[in-house]
Amino acid sequence: MGKIASSRTKSSNGIMDWFNARLPVTQFYKDHLSEYYAPKNFNFWYFFGSLALLVLVNQIVTGIWLTMHYKPDAAQAFGMVEYIMRDVPWGWLIRYLHTTGASAFFVVIYLHMFRGLLYGSYKKPRELIWVFGMIIYLALMAEAFMGYVLPWGNMSYWGAKVITQLFAAVPWVGDSLVEWVRGDYLISDATLNRFFALHVIALPLVIVVLVVLHIAALHTVGSNNPEGIDIKKHKDENGVPKDGIPFHPYYTVKDIFGVGMFLLIFLFIVFVKPDMGGLFLEHDNYVPADPSSTPDHIKPVWYFTPFYAMLRAVPSMQIGALIMALAIVVLFFLPWLDRSPVKSIRYRRWPYKLMLSLFALAFVVLGWLGMQAGSELQKLTAQILTGFYFFYFVWLFFYSRNETYHEVPERIEK
Amino acid sequence: MMKKSILLLLCMTIPVVASAAGGAYIGEPANTNIRSQSSLQKGAKTFMNYCMGCHTMQFQRYNRVAEDLGLTEDEMMESLVLTDAKFTDKMTNAMSKEHGEQWFGKAPPDLTVIAKARGVDWLYNFLINYYVDPSRPSGWNNATFPNTSMPHVLWELQGIRKANYNEEVDAEGNSHAELTGFETVEEGQLSEEAYKDLVRDLVNFLDYSSEPAQLIRMSYAPWVLLFTALFTFFAYLLKVNYFRDIH
Amino acid sequence: MTDNVNKSRRNLLIGTSAVGAIGAGFAAVPFIKSWLPSERAKAAGSPVKADYSKIEPGQMLNVLWRGQPVFLVNRTEKQTAVLDSLEDRLKDPNDSASIQPDYIDNKYRARKENLLVVIGICTHLGCSPKYYPDLEPQSFDSEWQGGFYCPCHNSRFDISGRVYKGSPASRNLDIPPYTFLDENIIEIGTDGGAA
Repeated sequence: MGKIASSRTKSSNGIMDWFNARLPVTQFYKDHLSEYYAPKNFNFWYFFGSLALLVLVNQIVTGIWLTMHYKPDAAQAFGMVEYIMRDVPWGWLIRYLHTTGASAFFVVIYLHMFRGLLYGSYKKPRELIWVFGMIIYLALMAEAFMGYVLPWGNMSYWGAKVITQLFAAVPWVGDSLVEWVRGDYLISDATLNRFFALHVIALPLVIVVLVVLHIAALHTVGSNNPEGIDIKKHKDENGVPKDGIPFHPYYTVKDIFGVGMFLLIFLFIVFVKPDMGGLFLEHDNYVPADPSSTPDHIKPVWYFTPFYAMLRAVPSMQIGALIMALAIVVLFFLPWLDRSPVKSIRYRRWPYKLMLSLFALAFVVLGWLGMQAGSELQKLTAQILTGFYFFYFVWLFFYSRNETYHEVPERIEK
Repeated sequence: MMKKSILLLLCMTIPVVASAAGGAYIGEPANTNIRSQSSLQKGAKTFMNYCMGCHTMQFQRYNRVAEDLGLTEDEMMESLVLTDAKFTDKMTNAMSKEHGEQWFGKAPPDLTVIAKARGVDWLYNFLINYYVDPSRPSGWNNATFPNTSMPHVLWELQGIRKANYNEEVDAEGNSHAELTGFETVEEGQLSEEAYKDLVRDLVNFLDYSSEPAQLIRMSYAPWVLLFTALFTFFAYLLKVNYFRDIH
Repeated sequence: MTDNVNKSRRNLLIGTSAVGAIGAGFAAVPFIKSWLPSERAKAAGSPVKADYSKIEPGQMLNVLWRGQPVFLVNRTEKQTAVLDSLEDRLKDPNDSASIQPDYIDNKYRARKENLLVVIGICTHLGCSPKYYPDLEPQSFDSEWQGGFYCPCHNSRFDISGRVYKGSPASRNLDIPPYTFLDENIIEIGTDGGAA
């Protein structure tokens, strides 16, 4: 057995003492990095938390730079994007980093969430982490939607119209609510202005605060791991978990490698295929907003399409909107719907493995269906898959109560 | 009332797409080459001679085009720019939106980013698939964009063609007109191949204009990726080194 | 053994940090450069043309070039006759510190003796001086010989834009590149290849 690198900070440093007497800098560094003990067996799936943080920083920095060159004015917005793409030095790169970052954010977040499903990271005592994460996901969807409106292309316009129209599903006050959200009788300059304000300052602040809470809650109870074993049960004489390693330097080094891998893919898209064939930047959004002409094939960006498919599967707008909302709300309750004492999928039996695979597959197929024009067969498929999406949670609630499972070891073996 | 409109909106998309898919005839790919400066130069010339009377490129500047296409200011201003525009001006024309609507029923759209919206194959096929149709106000129709309000501006080059359609009635009793081919009525100034090359160059220029930065973007790509790979390699070795501690 | 591990670890740390730092440096370039004047700003800053034949003797035409005023003054002989006599009162009569094209090399500070072309921005703190054409006593100068007076901090310039001693401005008024396209039209912002 080799020596575990120690990174204890010496306290003989005068400047650090001065600070520590006033602000516990060293203690903070220890609590969250050098003496935050994470399980030693993190795998590939554990890259996505730090990557989400990286993408968030990318979005904030490139976003700040884009606001320097953009005006939220319905008469100018479309041209402002082309101004950034042509006239601003390097504006094209900053914009592509931001547009690709938006999609990358959802790729990373969906994988991060799926990791939670695989290893039961939402379970006691980590329910609050999951709930904060879900609120971040919601805020992120609002953030992405409003950002998508800013280029003021025809998809921006009609997307905004359809989504704000969903508020009409609220009983009694629906129609007034739609007007209140839009600030006009249609999507207009007023709508663009308020979406800009929410997109560039209000929601980013909310997201940053939520991310802090998400990480604070995580560091209170400690990280889960692919085995789902609680490392705090076995500590050495110093109170250090025997199966834990300090986050810094081990996981900082590992995450930097993850960042490299991520950047290879991310920068490939930015430099070689920023449109992703119409998936990240849609063709119809290169037509300026036109209130008199709906795009032939109106659909949201790919990360919303699973929910869009659910909305379309129901032949009633109010119920469709309700289903769509429920599909997200039900995820909040996952920690209490899954009653099995076992966290990791590695120690659960085949029915759970099968059902989770089907659930993930259903979500992906729904996403694909949401991008299609929608034949009768596709509509029927979407209905079945929407049904299955909800059935999964009901099934989980009853199945997990008396679930049989493999015995979970006490310690993490290599 | 408003609640219904969204449903309507959602339902509307289905038949519209179906008909559009049945209508847009894409016979052959455009096969443009964005790296060919001579093709882009020829395309720019065609654009300014034939298109800019009605269409604009309101976000594109002459000096940027000259720089990217390897033209000097004099070459650009003397042989390509037909208006009294300045070198640093954007590529606009004198036609107002109202006039455009009056003359064509629909104002000719700005073409700066048309290649992003339509794709090069669609544009190429659109410009080679005109045929005479006396039932249309302009006298022209198009197999790729049926019932377009744009007349065949390049007809003197391509010549006059008519389309042969085969009417078929399917099992459900709906009739479908299937394009079987074109027939030349009058020869144009250019051979078929020369005309297609001219359109290819024009579409190439439209593709360039939709994103001038793509030239520099592509040229940076290999270096950025190589550098990132180098960094990732170092990071990997470092990670492996640290994790030798862990058992 | 442990020493070898530590040595290679240190080398790798240095290597990764170095490559990472270089990468961060590259990544910063687009963000810094995006603050430079855009093509739109450059286009707005491109040369401007003006008709100088319409300026009456003794009158001034104000033309905007790159968003700053350029003064075009059709000077009378009476106005330029005093130029030699002022040299003792000026800070820099021979333009040793002036910002101006090489072809501006005489007391007229002009390509045509009568036509003064200067940037109407005070070289002190950037206000725009006022034109006081007449050779008569002013409240700010009892021996005024015609020229420009900056109301912000009382800088005074003669009719060639040269700064008087005792003014807070340190430098004569700047002169933009310009060229005459024909008898009537001047173009400001280009040399016409003369530079």
